[in-house]
Amino acid sequence: MTQPINQPVTPAIQQLQMQGIVKRFPGVLAVNQVDFEVRAGEIHALLGENGAGKSTLMKMLYGLYQPDAGRILLNGAPVNIRSPHDAIQQGIGMIHQHFMLVPSLTAAENVALGMRSSRGLVLDTDRVGAQLRELAARYNLKVDPDIPVWQLAVGEQQRVEILRALYRGAALLILDEPTAVLTPQEVDDLFRVLRQMTADGHALIFISHKLHEVLAISQRVTVLRDGQKVATIPTAGATRLKLAEMMVGRPVVLEYERQPVQRGAARLSLHEVSARNDRGHEGLRQVSLRLCSGEIVGVAGVSGNGQRELAQVIAGLRPITGGSIQVDGRPVTTADPAAINALGVSHIPEERMVDGVIKEFTVAENLVLQEHGHPRFTRAGLFMNFRRIGEACREAIKAYEIKTPGGDTPIKNLSGGNIQKLVLARELSRRPQVLIAAQPTRGVDIGATEYIHRRLLAERDRGTAILLISEDLDEILALSDRILVMYEGRIVGEIPREQVNIQQLGALMAGSSPARPGD
Amino acid sequence: MIEQILTASVFASTIRLATPYILAGLGETFSQRSGVLNLGVDGVMLMGAFFAFYTALITGSAVLGVIAALGVGLILGLATAFISVTLKAEQGISGIGIYLFGLGMSELLFQQWIGTPKSVTGFPDIFIPGLSDIEFLGIGEIFFQHNILVYVAFLLIPLSSFVLNHTTLGLMIRAVGQNPQAADAMGVNVTRVRYATVAFCGVMAALAGASLSIALLKVFQQNLTSGLGFIAVALVYFGRWRPYGILAGALLFSFVNAVQLQISAIGLDVPSEFAVMAPYVITIIALVFASKQTEKPTALTRPFERGE
Ligand SMILES: Nc1ncnc2c1ncn2[C@@H]1O[C@H](COP(=O)(O)OP(=O)(O)O)[C@@H](O)[C@H]1O
Ligand SMILES: [Mg+2]
Repeated sequence: MTQPINQPVTPAIQQLQMQGIVKRFPGVLAVNQVDFEVRAGEIHALLGENGAGKSTLMKMLYGLYQPDAGRILLNGAPVNIRSPHDAIQQGIGMIHQHFMLVPSLTAAENVALGMRSSRGLVLDTDRVGAQLRELAARYNLKVDPDIPVWQLAVGEQQRVEILRALYRGAALLILDEPTAVLTPQEVDDLFRVLRQMTADGHALIFISHKLHEVLAISQRVTVLRDGQKVATIPTAGATRLKLAEMMVGRPVVLEYERQPVQRGAARLSLHEVSARNDRGHEGLRQVSLRLCSGEIVGVAGVSGNGQRELAQVIAGLRPITGGSIQVDGRPVTTADPAAINALGVSHIPEERMVDGVIKEFTVAENLVLQEHGHPRFTRAGLFMNFRRIGEACREAIKAYEIKTPGGDTPIKNLSGGNIQKLVLARELSRRPQVLIAAQPTRGVDIGATEYIHRRLLAERDRGTAILLISEDLDEILALSDRILVMYEGRIVGEIPREQVNIQQLGALMAGSSPARPGD
Repeated sequence: MIEQILTASVFASTIRLATPYILAGLGETFSQRSGVLNLGVDGVMLMGAFFAFYTALITGSAVLGVIAALGVGLILGLATAFISVTLKAEQGISGIGIYLFGLGMSELLFQQWIGTPKSVTGFPDIFIPGLSDIEFLGIGEIFFQHNILVYVAFLLIPLSSFVLNHTTLGLMIRAVGQNPQAADAMGVNVTRVRYATVAFCGVMAALAGASLSIALLKVFQQNLTSGLGFIAVALVYFGRWRPYGILAGALLFSFVNAVQLQISAIGLDVPSEFAVMAPYVITIIALVFASKQTEKPTALTRPFERGE
């Protein structure tokens, strides 16, 4: 039996180069003439907005796509990588944005999958499991190899992926947005492991769109924008502002000026609200909260801890199993979405392409989706008044800086940021008293994010009560007047803006009790 | 009356009649575990049944008959794989196409090449020495006086279970049926695995057909299987994609078959239509209960596309 893991790894990749890489998809030039290089012992960050082409570039390195032009050189010699199998053979591993694990299999089975067994045709998952334990101990990555993967938390699943890559002897490891699903503590742990790997001589490619992470972990950073390479620079000489400008292509603002909070009357209150999630389990457990006019309350938490259900029960989209909800003191516990809307509650849904817009409809149609029956937009209350709808649409396009060829363009042809601006335009045009914003800038470019953030702050100053549900801690920190933390369907902590402490926030998100001063 | 129905020979028939269900059901299990729904099983069974019968009739050799069936099964299995894996056709519809092809083709060939009903010698029953004459509870008659294909089918159950759960191939099959993207990313050739399982499914279906035409009934006629292949597909759901589940389901149905035959043999006054419908009604009832919370392969019927 070979024992690949007890010896220190001697990575076979000293240098990997990608030269003049081009990749087209129907209607999109996803990657355009990109050069990229990574060496043993370094962490090279690949930075860019959503849709910049980062994943596509790396999928070509891993054999998932074939480049239309360009070549890949390993230690100076050209290689042809036609499938993930080829990539693995060359010592290349990849941790995907969406994990590539088979949920019904154990960690050990997932690692054994596609590998030769030491027992020939018969599986040797017990031996694989034992070796995984040793490897896990060496890198201080806690994982139980014998539990089906679906029972593991996302952080653990990621550790399984990392261990699998190490087990397979990956000398070059690509990590595609690995921190997106992690708590701040888990990010620290991940960074520690990555540093240990580079010390062992691995070459790492770290994909991210988060500036502070890139600054914290990498030695060099390559910025992509619209499929093109902007530049490769040493991280030591970079700043957040400079990187953001390279990403967006124009100066950006990272911090907003904000007025002091003018908290008014309570608009929305939840009293011990419980609800089931899609799988029929308890998704929300006795959640109580109060939202006042003129404040933004941020709801932080790792994905899947009840945030989605919270937004849905408030919007009337999910039945509750206990507790009560009031808007302006009026009970709405059993009200339907239209009635809740009528009380001045607007909702920016998390899945904007599913719940926010109708993909096949035009910009104008989507804009009047809820108010198509309003006297403003009808003739004699029956027929749609297309002239009025067109006017309203042109106004919204202008006011919200929506980039679209026109009001009659199908919404699916717009970018994520512009679709989100449209949803925002529609929801704000009704002058809501309460706004539930769920993941308002997920998948949205920095320019549009900045715009949406300013708009939300302006709404707050106008007196709207805003509940901001977000998995993006930076967004929570930038906008919230108070922060609530959710864990396993409960609100496990509340922190006022002035007292925010990242350590404490992270601990709450991870479900541990707040860190005491000094530990 | 109960003693008249539940005789040792009824239990022996139960074992014997379970054979085609087991063979076809095991093949379908492998196909579905890898994510391909093969609805054409009944058509392939008919083709296997015909070629086994025709070869045995001409050469006088049941062994050559089985070999012919295996060959036809392999060809039809590869054709099915080409349609559903390479061409990525809608699996429900293309399966029905293969069924109709097998149904029509086997009948046409029967009329062209044979014409009138004939019978073959087929496989003889093998009496296992020492075991076949156990009198106690009729054990000898029930378990140890069957043709070779019966023994083969029953031995394939533990073997299939072992392959699926304890070999590298079985792991690849399960992974490909649950998350083909992940399997691909780990260097597994998804297309090759699916070709292998779907071809195996064809071979097993044809063998199941042969077990009818040259071992169990020793005749061939139009639509010999009368939908047995569809029951085999249902059995896979019933058995929750596990070989021992197939065994349980196959025995349940063959028992109903055997009792039904016995009832008409002893001339009980039960309308024969009821007896004929019974297995199908039981299938539906069983499926309603069995298909709850299953370990269904999540990628079942979904063609694989690399890179999302
Ligand atoms: N399989 C695909 N088919 C068509 N277009 C794609 C595909 N994958 C990515 N794209 C497009 O290519 C561009 C780059 O996408 P991607 O590489 O995923 O960006 P990033 O990872 O930087 O967010 C986007 O415009 C995206 O819509
Ligand atoms: Mg990406």
